[in-house]
Amino acid sequence: MKAIDWITQVLEMAVALAAAPAFLGWLNQCRAWLQNRRAPSLWLPYRNLRKLFHKEAVIAENASPLFRVAPYVVFGTMVLAAGIIPSMGTRLPLVVSADAIALVGLFAAARMFMTLAAMDVGTAFGTLGARREMMVGFLAEPALLMVIFVASLISSSTALPVITGHLASGHLGLSPSLAFSAVAFILVLLAENARIPVDNPATHLELTMIHEAMVLEYSARHLALMEWAAQLKLFNYVCIGFALFFPWGVAVGRFGPEQLLVAIPALAVKLAAAGFALALIETISAKMRVMRIPEFLGTAFLFAVLGLLVHVLLRA
Amino acid sequence: MPLRRWWDRAQAVAGAPGVRGLRADREEWLLAARDVAASGGALQALWVSVASGAVLQTTVCGAYLTDRGVLVIELALPAGGDPDYPGLQGIFPAASRLQRAASDLSGARSSDPDTRPWLSHARPYEFIRVDGEGVHEIAVGPVHAGTIEPGHFRFSVVGEKVLRLEERFGYVHKGLERRFTELPILQGHRLAARVSGDSAVAFSWAYCQALEGMSGCAVPRRAAWLRGACLELERLANHLGDLGALGNDAGFAFGLAQFSRLKEDLLRAVAAAFGRRYLFDTVVPGGTAVDLPAEAARALTEAVRAVCIETAELRGIYEEHEGVRDRFTGTGRLQPDLAARLGVLGLAGRASGQARDARVDLPCAPYTEVPVAKVVQQGGDVAARVAVRFEEAQEAGRLLERLLSKLPEGGHTATVDTPADGAFGVGLIEGWRGPVLVALQAGPEGSIRRCHPHDPSWQNWPALEYAILGNIVPDFPLINKSFNLSYSGADL
Repeated sequence: MKAIDWITQVLEMAVALAAAPAFLGWLNQCRAWLQNRRAPSLWLPYRNLRKLFHKEAVIAENASPLFRVAPYVVFGTMVLAAGIIPSMGTRLPLVVSADAIALVGLFAAARMFMTLAAMDVGTAFGTLGARREMMVGFLAEPALLMVIFVASLISSSTALPVITGHLASGHLGLSPSLAFSAVAFILVLLAENARIPVDNPATHLELTMIHEAMVLEYSARHLALMEWAAQLKLFNYVCIGFALFFPWGVAVGRFGPEQLLVAIPALAVKLAAAGFALALIETISAKMRVMRIPEFLGTAFLFAVLGLLVHVLLRA
Repeated sequence: MPLRRWWDRAQAVAGAPGVRGLRADREEWLLAARDVAASGGALQALWVSVASGAVLQTTVCGAYLTDRGVLVIELALPAGGDPDYPGLQGIFPAASRLQRAASDLSGARSSDPDTRPWLSHARPYEFIRVDGEGVHEIAVGPVHAGTIEPGHFRFSVVGEKVLRLEERFGYVHKGLERRFTELPILQGHRLAARVSGDSAVAFSWAYCQALEGMSGCAVPRRAAWLRGACLELERLANHLGDLGALGNDAGFAFGLAQFSRLKEDLLRAVAAAFGRRYLFDTVVPGGTAVDLPAEAARALTEAVRAVCIETAELRGIYEEHEGVRDRFTGTGRLQPDLAARLGVLGLAGRASGQARDARVDLPCAPYTEVPVAKVVQQGGDVAARVAVRFEEAQEAGRLLERLLSKLPEGGHTATVDTPADGAFGVGLIEGWRGPVLVALQAGPEGSIRRCHPHDPSWQNWPALEYAILGNIVPDFPLINKSFNLSYSGADL
């Protein structure tokens, strides 16, 4: 392990923590522009977090310790996940501890704590949100695993840096199997991060919420951690997408500081493009009925399986 | 025709055209209601008035919409009756809440079995429970996550499917009817405009119509045309706001942004023309508060035309957008026969095949000279209510074009004399939500003895309980918005 590897590791996690709110801010800006509205400030998510950290926390009388612990667990999980996704360099010391399947497990653990905490207080909306979240989760996880398996088969490894390294050294352009997987991954990303058309992050209608309904009972620093964790989750998913499908600019192999200096602006450009693309998808689509979500995620799974078949049958 | 004997017996009532009234006894009260129902009529309003004098006289009044006109039936109640009068719930389901509200306000009780309070929250309230495996309740409100009026909704659900919805209102009861009696009769229109703020023109016009009828005031032609323009502007503005909100509730924020902009453009044009964005206190007894110079009328026409052109374009987007269409079609369906049984009024009624529009059926000036095309849809779902809104918005635009371009010459006000003590009048105006009725009785020396403002939301709120059945919980906000009923107007 060289010093540069540890620098990359720390840098990746620090960038994720710092840039996740900005990415959401950028996404919201693009959405506002596309809807002919005046955009909110890019820094609004940061101001919101600062405001929440300065507030006094109010907790329901019948909340168990789980309710207080959950935000820290969820947030911690997302930071750890940020550490094993190769967003800038592939030689990450933490990676030996977890591969891509463990990463899916990390997200599942966060989901479990979040839903348990939502049901903990016993309000109708928390339970409603938790129930819907579990439905989304158990449909999205297999699709996500399938997507990862396609990439794993191509590069013969389930470790994300190896996959990224293999794909980045290859030819520029998506192979047909990866193209199918990419479509599946975008669908999973939208569902897992409570974006339109599955959930509406901007809604104030408590009966229609999924993610928002689960955090309704949180306030102040707990809510701040939950929101920051949600921003990190979106950031992580986008970075997984880059790692699997657009690994260009990531420092691979035995790299020095100069490759790392290239990786940072490359990530920024990719994030900006991804934010705009997501905003475009959200603007042109309406929120679908909750009963359509299985269909939506079933389509994602189907695309992932098609990707797998294309790889196995056509070696493409 | 059984209805005919009641109609022929009834005397003309001052105010809106085609209103007649008669006094009935207890048997006739029920008989007349049955005959109205048999002839396809609907209950428009029901209220109880208590006249304080040497003898305390309590009277229950029912106003029915029939194909001949509005029939107002009065039943004087003897002191100490128990129950006080025969209930109409079995004939007109909408009567139940009206009777319970009247009981809360006056103490006069009907014979119907449901004796739970309605406006009053002093006594505990029992919701009807649904039993069965996996059934649970979701209680929503009266405080909501968004900035809306307060109301409580109790859902009984299995999974996401709604088995039953029960509403509970009265959180914004302000004592409006009592407040009316403290005002001079020539000032009451200002309070009437505030019964439900989104129908300010409809309520203040209905009030003025009743008052002017009682005092025999002839409203100048120009004033009537200006009032018509105000009413159509109110309709257009509300429809634009609703169409945007409906898009937003389907997760299509583009629709909200566009329609909000159009509504704002319209409101600014209205403010430039009349000096008020929402046209409060524009309709005053005897005419209108302000005149509209030719220059301003032209500018307003231009603004309305621009709004209507863009609305037509947006309709194309709404209808062709797959996601929006999927959310609207088939959601919250209220079948025409059920709508007829429940007596659903106004916009929601017309979306379920109930072809009633007071501007067409009982036209007052200016609608006698500028005929309105009735918009009726049979679907009864959210898509049908959206379609009615789009078509009525275009129709409002067409009416405004005619009203504003051919404004008659002359003054816009007339003097209104104080009506005689005991005089009674009824105003009926088709507001954007449906027919708005104001029953007004004059007291001595220019006071108000009794004023009952009636919003069509009374009839339509119970229909929402049926429209949601079998739908999923997250579709409720969309269905609710497609009705967009008033809490304030029905809480009095």
